[in-house]
Amino acid sequence: MRPTLWTRLDNLARQLTPFGLTILLVIVSQVPLHFPGVARISPMLPLIAIYHWTIHRPDLMPPYAVFVIGLLVDFLAGTPVGVNAIVMLTVYGIIYSQRRFFLGKSFPISWLGFLLVSAGAAMLTWIFVSTFYVRLIRPDAMIFQYLVSLAIYPLPAWFFLRWQQIFLRTT
Amino acid sequence: MQERSRPDYRFAAPIRNLVHRFAYVGLLIVAFGLMMLGKADTVLMERMRAHVTDALAPIMNVISRPVTTMSNIIDHGRELIEIHAQNAELRETNRRLLQWQTAARRLEIENSLLQSLLNFKPEPNAAFLSARVIADTGGAFAHSLVLNAGWRDGVRKGQAVVTGEGLTGRIDGVGSISSRVILITDLNSRIPILVETSNTRAILAGDNAEQPKLIHLAPSSTVKVGNRVVTSGHGGAFPPGLPVGVVSAVSDEATTVQLFIKRERLEFVRVVDFGLEGILRPDTSTANLTGNKNKDDGEPNAMGGGGKP
Repeated sequence: MRPTLWTRLDNLARQLTPFGLTILLVIVSQVPLHFPGVARISPMLPLIAIYHWTIHRPDLMPPYAVFVIGLLVDFLAGTPVGVNAIVMLTVYGIIYSQRRFFLGKSFPISWLGFLLVSAGAAMLTWIFVSTFYVRLIRPDAMIFQYLVSLAIYPLPAWFFLRWQQIFLRTT
Repeated sequence: MQERSRPDYRFAAPIRNLVHRFAYVGLLIVAFGLMMLGKADTVLMERMRAHVTDALAPIMNVISRPVTTMSNIIDHGRELIEIHAQNAELRETNRRLLQWQTAARRLEIENSLLQSLLNFKPEPNAAFLSARVIADTGGAFAHSLVLNAGWRDGVRKGQAVVTGEGLTGRIDGVGSISSRVILITDLNSRIPILVETSNTRAILAGDNAEQPKLIHLAPSSTVKVGNRVVTSGHGGAFPPGLPVGVVSAVSDEATTVQLFIKRERLEFVRVVDFGLEGILRPDTSTANLTGNKNKDDGEPNAMGGGGKP
């Protein structure tokens, strides 16, 4: 049976949600929270989203989507334009090539994976930004940011997993 | 159906893989190119950034409101708990301020008398513009805010941004309905300042830490912990006398400043137009965002010459 127009539209809308959710996360992570100290160490939420979707649904998180997300982060956060795009594309590339390893693993393993991947991403960002400004940037805030991202990881990861089960079930 | 799709798949899959790989590498190259371009042409990148921020400003404006309301409610609750202690503190402050008021009145009269004696030309009056902070671009690499006021409201590049506590930063990029503030803690912030009582000149340099450093301090200077730091007005970017912070530590490696502003408290800020053009060229349109990195970098040099009369 050929799917009707509405089912196709519905499918399309569902398939756009990983990208849409990540864009939303980028914008939300810019909102001033008015808690002491939070501004400097806000977690790398978009990275968590890219990590998750590249492992579980790479078809819905193509490289150009990753590129757009990275650019948006750069534009909004005030980092040199292109830095986050490169870092996120690199993360994407690494996970995509190692997908077999990540897929179907237990939660602690994917958390461990994120521990490694985000450490690499943070290091890479630090190297790029330091090179861009031709001076060494204090790494303390970055380390805190990394630890906070690591601690908060289960929350968005669980949310994405549920989202996937409810809205993006492959038939 | 199945018989036909199999050969299709056999040819299509490698091609798709190839395209996929090409797209990936291409995008990486484009991202690198953008970074190089950003290094070479800061004005262009700034304009693009302003456009993107402008486009998303309405969304950020809406999202930031409930968060602000929530934090206000929490603040309110905290204040209710501390109301007794706060009352006592306020009474004490009030007593002290009344003394200051008397002193200020006396000084005001004295000042106007002396000014009339000296034929003193008063400084231009500052125009204020209040704006809401709609984004605090958190992160370890850049300290900036986005305001919900832009070119249309009269915000221009290089203007000072202050709160009741003190200097917050300067306007760095202006869109038509939003603008970007570089906080004084940001890596790229350089502000000529004076350390009070000794009138020592220096540059307050942000390094992405909570407490920015003083650089270009004269070796013989007598800066002590607790000295107040205000803008010096050298270079013409900021008016003199805006409170910045107090010296928090003095050592051989670095002299740091504890700022008066609290970043998490920044909800409304004032953009101040002192009518000083100084180092920044006047703009003519939104598309023509003025100034460039070189101009800004020139700031520290400006402090050498032309002191206050």
